[in-house]
Amino acid sequence: MLGRTADDLYWLSRYVERAENMARLVEAGYRIAMMPRNSEEHREEWRSTLASAGCAICFERKYDDYSTENVVNFMLLDTDNPSSVNSCLSTARNKARAVRTTMTKEMWESLNATWIELSGVKPKSVTPNLLPGFLEWVKQRSQLFRGALIGTILRNDTFFFSQLGAFIERADNTARILDVKYYVLLPEREIVGGGIDAYQWATILRSVSAHRSYRWVYHEGYKPWRIAEFLILAKEMPRSLCFCYGMIDAALKGLAETYGAKPPCHATARATRALFDHNDMDNVFQGGLHEFLTNFLARNNQLSEEISSDFHFHD
Amino acid sequence: MSAPDFFYEMADPVAGVRPPYALLNDWLEKQKPKTLRTKQREAETIFRRLGITFAVYGDVDANERLIPFDIIPRILSAGEWRRISRGLEQRVRALNAFLYDIYHRQEIVRAGRIPADICIDNSAYAPEMIGLTPAGRIYAHIVGVDIVRVDADDFYVLEDNTRTPSGVSYMLENRETMMRTFPELFARHRVAPVDQYPSLLHATLESVAPEGAQGRPTIVVLTPGVHNSAYFEHSFLADEMGVELVEGLDLFVKDGGVYMRTTQGPERVDVIYRRIDDAFLDPLVFRPDSLLGVPGLMDAYRAGAVTIVNAPGTGIADDKAIYMYVPEMIRFYLGQEPILKNVPTYNCAAADDLAYTLDHLSELVVKEVHGSGGYGMMVGPSATAEQRKAFVAKLRADPSNYIAQPTLALSACPTFVESGIAPRHVDLRPFVLIGDRIRLAPGGLTRVALEEGSLIVNSSQGGGTKDTWILEE
Repeated sequence: MLGRTADDLYWLSRYVERAENMARLVEAGYRIAMMPRNSEEHREEWRSTLASAGCAICFERKYDDYSTENVVNFMLLDTDNPSSVNSCLSTARNKARAVRTTMTKEMWESLNATWIELSGVKPKSVTPNLLPGFLEWVKQRSQLFRGALIGTILRNDTFFFSQLGAFIERADNTARILDVKYYVLLPEREIVGGGIDAYQWATILRSVSAHRSYRWVYHEGYKPWRIAEFLILAKEMPRSLCFCYGMIDAALKGLAETYGAKPPCHATARATRALFDHNDMDNVFQGGLHEFLTNFLARNNQLSEEISSDFHFHD
Repeated sequence: MSAPDFFYEMADPVAGVRPPYALLNDWLEKQKPKTLRTKQREAETIFRRLGITFAVYGDVDANERLIPFDIIPRILSAGEWRRISRGLEQRVRALNAFLYDIYHRQEIVRAGRIPADICIDNSAYAPEMIGLTPAGRIYAHIVGVDIVRVDADDFYVLEDNTRTPSGVSYMLENRETMMRTFPELFARHRVAPVDQYPSLLHATLESVAPEGAQGRPTIVVLTPGVHNSAYFEHSFLADEMGVELVEGLDLFVKDGGVYMRTTQGPERVDVIYRRIDDAFLDPLVFRPDSLLGVPGLMDAYRAGAVTIVNAPGTGIADDKAIYMYVPEMIRFYLGQEPILKNVPTYNCAAADDLAYTLDHLSELVVKEVHGSGGYGMMVGPSATAEQRKAFVAKLRADPSNYIAQPTLALSACPTFVESGIAPRHVDLRPFVLIGDRIRLAPGGLTRVALEEGSLIVNSSQGGGTKDTWILEE
């Protein structure tokens, strides 16, 4: 496979995953914005949503006002925001066009049809009444692509690079969501936490589509440290950091079998995965949740760069 | 109603429906316009979903546009196709013999059958190719021959495309779309399949690998990139053949060999099916500002380390001034009479021909010698006085840049348009593959001029395409 092709596959998969995550973040943020609160509190919520999405600075460059309309438009449709749903899906589709030969027809058609439909979406398509439908559509389109990938692609380097992109992106996203809200997840919060905190916790779970599965695993009400555990260490939670690194590990193993070699990124992935194996939340909290997450985000990023150089994405 | 002044392939005004169209005609008569309209839309949706688009140069808004597709197939009988395919084989053999000759001993010029100046002084003649012999002595491996029909028996070749002819992906996708949209029509007809084209192309490319290639040759398709108007086709063909689609930057030359940059490091390349023009192949030999090509490629090619398909320098064989001598090539190299006709051509470089052209402008089609895609041409009978006047000036200023041909009464096929089913003029581009032997998928790409009376079928000028059926006996 061409290095350029691997690069495009990796990134297009990241962008599809990112589009879905953006839709979830807006969904969760929008629920909070409907809470009866003062404007300063709303402002703070949208600010943290933008921070979770990694596009707070970009937003501030363009807007002074954190109105719901501005934020929603910025996160969903604005082409000045490289991480908006619109930008993600267009970039993914253009990368797909460049590597069409490595994709199955189903994968390509799902992305291309999404892109065609998206070009008809205008700001008035995401007014409050239409927003839930649009967010649902974005998630479904991303899931359709993932389904086409899993159901039709050969289990060779094409699949493994796509998986790497998807799970590195997903891990990055989950870690950011946690980091922006880490202060409401510290153990001592349980005592002071009132109704608003409970709402915050639910929002965190909602942004990873896990507010129901949490209950299936823990059989009890939301406890902040449990939420942190669920999103970091739970092996069964498909958006937890631990789960993502299980998938990353499997994809790297697949590449090692296909290519018969283990370049240095394997060691980096193994070291990061060790953060979750045989670890518990007491330990994590002791070292500091924020520090843990910052460290993780840096390692995840480093892995992305090593994959790019080990597999000759750019040379 | 007076008889039309062109040949209608579906029906003769006196004898009625022609045999190849009998079943289709019955079926069409039973269809409601509304049903056909729905089917037309369905077909368009399929094309758009598949992303079968092309770019029109100079049209910024239409970065990706669909070529209009007409849902009524064009049908040729087995007998008609047999004659066309024999004519095509003859023609591509002669063209390849000519290319070998013109870059070696130039016997045809020495024998006085083709004037030296239009070959050797032609800007399409590539001195870099002199004395170089490609694998199997084949230069033009993929040739798209544009054929028009004027009556029941006469097929004319309008031009030979021996550089990087495009359109074959439309031939294949048109068939796919028709099979999805009108399965019942295929049940009634015995339509010769075309979907073997990618395997034929792959076999052709494999057969011309350099002698030293290790194991099964590694084949790549070289594209200028996603912004090229035919990018869809490049990726389609690479995908169908299961080979890498590469850009210039993905390739490099080292120790005399050509390699591609893969996730596992360099991999040797044996055959390059390039879809970029000669001028961009190798910045060290041709255009130094080209970013699309591969520095050192021509050295590797000269040393026989890689096969380039089609070979550089094949443009001399489809030059419009050379075109008029193709029948002579067939006689000279093969000792045969041409099966397909050539359109009489006036070479405006010659004073007599120029004078004739200027006198008969309203009857002639005037084309630029190196033009393609329907750009830079004038169709006399439909041109305005102003357009004609402009061409008189152009012809006087640079006569050797033009040729002129009589306007042929192109045949027409039933086409589904706004007003219903009506005749529209068509041409046909079959794709001939030349390797260890000649391979040909039955049919080709039928292009149709969608405007009533128009003779210009190019997609860049508002033409559309149709599926082309060759009926089996």
